[in-house]
Amino acid sequence: MGYQIHIEKFNDALKALASEYNIYAPKRFIGGGTYSDTDRIRYGEIQSVEEIVFDVKSEFSYKEILTPISQTLFYFTEDEVKEADGPTKGAIVFLRSCDLHAVKRMDDIYLRNGFEDFYYKRIREKTKFILMGCQEAFESCFCVDMGTNTCTNYDAFVNVKDDMVYLDGTFTDLLARMEEAVEVTVSPDFVTETKTKVHIPENLSLDVMDSSMWNEYNERCIACGRCNFVCPTCTCFTMQDVFYEGSDQKKTGERRRVWASCQVNGYTDMAGGHSFRGDKGQRMRFKVMHKVHDYKKRFGYHMCVGCGRCDDICPEYISFSACINKLSDAMQEVEK
Amino acid sequence: MRNEYIPFLSEIKEVIKHTEIEYTFRMAFEGEVKPGQFFEVSLPKYGEAPISVSGIGEGTVDLTIRKVGKVTGEIFEKYVGDKLFMRGPYGNGFDLENYKGHEVVVVAGGTGLSPVRGIVEYFSKNPEDAKGFTLITGFKSPQDMLFKEDIKEWANTMNLIVTVDQAPEGYTGATGLVTKFIPDLEIKDLEDVQVIVVGPPIMMKFTVQEFLKRGIKEENIWISQERKMCCGIGKCGHCKIDDTYICLDGPVFNYTKGKLLRD
Repeated sequence: MGYQIHIEKFNDALKALASEYNIYAPKRFIGGGTYSDTDRIRYGEIQSVEEIVFDVKSEFSYKEILTPISQTLFYFTEDEVKEADGPTKGAIVFLRSCDLHAVKRMDDIYLRNGFEDFYYKRIREKTKFILMGCQEAFESCFCVDMGTNTCTNYDAFVNVKDDMVYLDGTFTDLLARMEEAVEVTVSPDFVTETKTKVHIPENLSLDVMDSSMWNEYNERCIACGRCNFVCPTCTCFTMQDVFYEGSDQKKTGERRRVWASCQVNGYTDMAGGHSFRGDKGQRMRFKVMHKVHDYKKRFGYHMCVGCGRCDDICPEYISFSACINKLSDAMQEVEK
Repeated sequence: MRNEYIPFLSEIKEVIKHTEIEYTFRMAFEGEVKPGQFFEVSLPKYGEAPISVSGIGEGTVDLTIRKVGKVTGEIFEKYVGDKLFMRGPYGNGFDLENYKGHEVVVVAGGTGLSPVRGIVEYFSKNPEDAKGFTLITGFKSPQDMLFKEDIKEWANTMNLIVTVDQAPEGYTGATGLVTKFIPDLEIKDLEDVQVIVVGPPIMMKFTVQEFLKRGIKEENIWISQERKMCCGIGKCGHCKIDDTYICLDGPVFNYTKGKLLRD
């Protein structure tokens, strides 16, 4: 079962929920694109369904809501520490199936890999996910091959057609507010085929690091890290202490964590100057293998969810999916 | 819920100067800790650095710090009675049970002596718990030698080889890389001996090779790895190698696992 409701009425419900939740969805930032007179689609707060961009993939994922790009952990003086306050409201996040699968990967790292992460957990517990159905895949998507094209663990789902919203789920705060809704049978839209396809070889192993396939990326990659920053499953961060200028002689400030990239210089640098993976090709190998090989060894499924954002964002037109499809030949090369 | 990122303040109880750039800070600490584990040590403004435990006392832990980065440089301005922020201990550390009742050989290169010093101290004080104990420790030069007072003590309680890569003329101690002393090392039972190797990556590689050449089984060799770590608790990602997080699964590894770690 499910509901059909007029967009205006749905927006009324969102308005009512806004007292308890910040509501996030992919939206259009006019003139915010990389080039002049281009827009950017990324996550931001919305008040109405009309603001949500359904027909273009967001360049960035939802992840900045759960793990901000720069997040203050605590404030300090030389002998005192004060924990940073968390958000007062919960969050409602509109997202696609691939991204909902990515949340599971974020949970793995922040809730299950070692200690529970205090800052992640306090926002995650108050976050509701509303699935945006996909009627067809975008050019670079390969969710079907990654097994992330369908899902059931959403709090609610919406399909928007003309001026009607079709929805269902378990998010009672939302569903209880569906005034003048008509009961109908609805199900989320899921794609079953993508234009981009990937094949991850069964025999893939770390030996592939010795293949010549990575050399190409030494030349092409400029180590900008955009692929990591748009990825809904990349979780790496670096600690950063910020010191307040002019606060007399005392060392007062705050400790933040900021997004980090395994492609950018300095990622492995240790005190004393030692570092690993100087070659950009090997950094690419490190990333690719994490996404489609070693994460699975630790957690049981691949990290990559096939959203294709890394392909879309790369300024050097490096394709992650094309790279995956070179792994079979590379394994043959190293197994000779 | 516990917030693992919030550090506690710990008082500097004692400072032991080894060289111009290497000091041991004896820090107040109550709690369980094992040799080979590490703490994230921080100073506001300068950030955090992972530092391994180089000694465990009553209500204290020792942190041997080399002045090489911007965090550790600042720590050298701190003296007895001052305080540092710390959190930990993290990592698996060395489990003494793996070594008790066996013959033990420890090979340490430079500051690699820090994470194993707790093991060496234990067997120095409890020699009856091992069938034999050898420490081979190497430094760049006589000036770079760490734990000199301990080394004098250890000479009485174990088979001790202290070597330097290069020495000025007239130096009477041993010279040469640690690997030089392995082929002729007297080992009572090659099947039973437990070997611990800690130091720079290249030193560990060649040292382990020498032991393998002597027929020592991989499962009887132990190493400790060092990587960049921003969190120490499996989140920040910097220390990951393949599916292994050095901070969670290590830094101490049996060689059967450690040999598979390729960055």
